[in-house]
Amino acid sequence: MRTKKSIGKKILSANEEYALKNKQLLAEHKKLCLNMISSPGSGKTTILSRTISELKDRIRIGVIEGDIQTDLDAEKIRATGAPAIQINTNGACHLSAAQISSALKQLPLDDLDLIFIENVGNLVCPSAFELGETGKVAVLSVPEGDDKPIKYPAIFARAKALLINKIDMLQTGGQADFDIERAKRDVRKLNKTIEIFPISAKTGEGMQSWYNWLLKSVKNLQS
Amino acid sequence: MHETMIAQSLLAAISEETAKQNAKPVSAKISCGMLNAVNDEILCFAFEAAAKDTLCEGVRLEIEHKEIQARCKNCKQNFDIKLSNPKCPVCSGDDFELLPDAPLLLEEIEFETD
Repeated sequence: MRTKKSIGKKILSANEEYALKNKQLLAEHKKLCLNMISSPGSGKTTILSRTISELKDRIRIGVIEGDIQTDLDAEKIRATGAPAIQINTNGACHLSAAQISSALKQLPLDDLDLIFIENVGNLVCPSAFELGETGKVAVLSVPEGDDKPIKYPAIFARAKALLINKIDMLQTGGQADFDIERAKRDVRKLNKTIEIFPISAKTGEGMQSWYNWLLKSVKNLQS
Repeated sequence: MHETMIAQSLLAAISEETAKQNAKPVSAKISCGMLNAVNDEILCFAFEAAAKDTLCEGVRLEIEHKEIQARCKNCKQNFDIKLSNPKCPVCSGDDFELLPDAPLLLEEIEFETD
């Protein structure tokens, strides 16, 4: 005989519990925490290094680096003078809230205004795992093509901000098949309140608007 | 790829329930929102691998995907949103708020009892 038993249990409840604890910890300390999600090679680490260096007299930034194996990215961040905690996921394609909980304990939270989480390069899996962050920031780079918001809508629908990086490549040789207006239009169809910043972390173009948004967000949280 | 971790959590949840029953599980029904980005084939494969040599070996998974819900700011209706064409089906409005995605849920387990 076969019988069916109704269960109704959340499968990722352990991750959710950690995410909730992280959210509470960050709220108590009034810290802004941004979870950066993008494909590999979109320039997350370069964006962070430049942002930290250029804002170091205004706000104090710490970074949690997610990577499958190496600590190359954390080393690049530490070279700017900012504290960086490396998490190696050993093959996993996303960071989990438990990993963030342990990394937050290792960061000098009271000495920081803003914590960036650099997620594992992947446009799909990381958006399925809440980490307890204040908000998500998506990064899309010009060589990836302007069709990514349509093909991978989940992250663009949920992000507070979108950085369109490597806009310097729009001018070099015309090889880049990227229409910024199309990308903006497609993203805004999904997400009316998202802030969009076309930038080049290499040349610095457009970075000031991104900094202004960060400074304003930190100030709003602390006031 | 995150299906591996989901499969392990799912196995733990089914095993916990199986320990309470004096019966062998044969199938399990789970549901999840689209933003969980679960690929059925990968999840079933990962579960099969995780469940090997446990009481859950051979348990068949039935996976239901729930559409993402949104609330239209114009006509205040909740609707299933298609991210490829995000529009309210009632008033064709395009100003909406995305509602929280359905969680990954272990809905039901079917047991074989003598």
